[in-house]
Amino acid sequence: MDWTALTLSLWLAFWTVAILLPVSVLAGRGLAYTNFRGKGLVEAAVMLPLVLPPTVLGYYLLVGFGANSHLGGLWQGIFGHPLAFSFEGLVLASVLFNLPFAIQPAQRGFEAIPVALREAAACCGLSPWRALWKVDLPLAWPGLLTAMVLTFAHTLGEFGIVLMVGGSIPNETKTIAIAIYDRVQAFDTDAAGVMAATLVAISFVTIAATYWLSARLGKRLT
Amino acid sequence: MTLSVALRSHGPIPLDLSFRVAPGELLALVGPSGAGKTTALRAIAGLMTPNVGRVTAGDAIWLDTSASVNLPPHRRHLGVVFQSYALFPHLTALGNVLTAMPIPDQMEAQRLLDLVNLQGLANRRPADLSGGQQQRVALARALARRPKALLLDEPFSAVDRATRDGLQAEIIALRAHLNMPVVLVTHDLNEAQMLADRMLVIDGGRMIREGTTAEVMADAAALRTLGVREVAALLPAVIVAHEDDGLTRLDTATGPIFLPRIDARIGTRLRVRIMAHEVILSRDRPVGLSAQNILPATVRAVVPGDGPAVTLRLALGPDDILARITRRAAADLALVPGDTVHVILKTMSVARDHIARQTDPA
Repeated sequence: MDWTALTLSLWLAFWTVAILLPVSVLAGRGLAYTNFRGKGLVEAAVMLPLVLPPTVLGYYLLVGFGANSHLGGLWQGIFGHPLAFSFEGLVLASVLFNLPFAIQPAQRGFEAIPVALREAAACCGLSPWRALWKVDLPLAWPGLLTAMVLTFAHTLGEFGIVLMVGGSIPNETKTIAIAIYDRVQAFDTDAAGVMAATLVAISFVTIAATYWLSARLGKRLT
Repeated sequence: MTLSVALRSHGPIPLDLSFRVAPGELLALVGPSGAGKTTALRAIAGLMTPNVGRVTAGDAIWLDTSASVNLPPHRRHLGVVFQSYALFPHLTALGNVLTAMPIPDQMEAQRLLDLVNLQGLANRRPADLSGGQQQRVALARALARRPKALLLDEPFSAVDRATRDGLQAEIIALRAHLNMPVVLVTHDLNEAQMLADRMLVIDGGRMIREGTTAEVMADAAALRTLGVREVAALLPAVIVAHEDDGLTRLDTATGPIFLPRIDARIGTRLRVRIMAHEVILSRDRPVGLSAQNILPATVRAVVPGDGPAVTLRLALGPDDILARITRRAAADLALVPGDTVHVILKTMSVARDHIARQTDPA
């Protein structure tokens, strides 16, 4: 059992969720409430990581993170180490490939709020910011919770992009999914089996807990 | 603080309206469905922007397209009661009221809930309240910001008839506490007449007629829009006795009338809606008639309409009443302004919800 890899995966999932929560609230709410020219294109772009092969996204991210790119060069200039093959690079990649998992359910959550309620909030004198806290979030939270659980579970399980962008550096970019692959390559099926089972257990418990929580809270709210 | 509204908009729902509502005054926007009533209300609230318009409440300019002023709804200091109430489902009645306060004030929120007779229900969520109770929460919430104008969009359309009668009576009682302009959108002419000081009849987004309910009801153009079957006048009356035979005796300015039993104390002041097509006129005081209510009146005006009927405005002392009779009958009676006639009202022709309580005796 590679505890370092498991801890790394959990941290990666934590940071991905932490960054994507505000992003999904703002982007999901924006997409749900407004109509603008090219909205369809934005929605398509958000969904793209869902259908692209991980290697394609991984390739572009690798090129984008490289020291020769603007982003990679800027990062190296400020922090003194390259963005590619680093934990930070992995977090950024994880945030990008989780966009559809975070934004889509959040958007559905906000769309489920009746227009009349939003209008009532405005006519009660609530600014868009106060309406977000007082009305939108309390009503859209099931969608947001789904978004964050999917993001968390999906980050734990992502393999291809992590391998492309992160390599397999212990304690830096070697997540548990990579470690399983690593063990299988070394014919250490016992270790691979334990880690695979651990991943199944964590993912199952996370999702089951979410269902239980939303059923419980949902009953209280309606 | 007067609410002053001027709106002009082309399609999809055209609008061409302007009106003013004084503080404490209740203006009813009436007209058939699709006439643009709700659209006008939404434009006042800022939920919809007309092509050209100006909306002011006292000194505050909410909309002035010529000066590119267009405040978002949350910066327009108004209260709105929506047709569907649109209560926040995750908050209690009290929470709904508190949310609409710039600075939440538990005592004041409780006072507002008491004002709309929701004592003891402050901690219920909307799902645990009846339609009528939800409507009261919506009203308390609309009043919570101390609005400069109150907008009511078909507020009684989603409750049953009995609840509606009770709520309307409460609104009438509440009027003493409402010192802001109130705009009521309704397609129910009875409701408009019972509650409003003035009516504005609109159709196709345009104003057909504006005036007191009595003026509007005697106007040929307004009648074309509203339908002649809806023509009616409000007759003030006071309950003087409950008779043993199930009738209630009321005093009007020119004599007593009997109506089916009204559940209110003696001394209660009422307004009774008398449908014009239910009124019978006679030159001489009739005898040997089944109708119990015979009141002397003076003809004020004879208003010819398009169809086979004419509308007459009659003075009953200081009050006005309307009668619709056929042209033929009008010609036979040869009525002209100044003539004295007898108004005959059938006791059973007054529906229960056509009686509005004005004040309870102290």
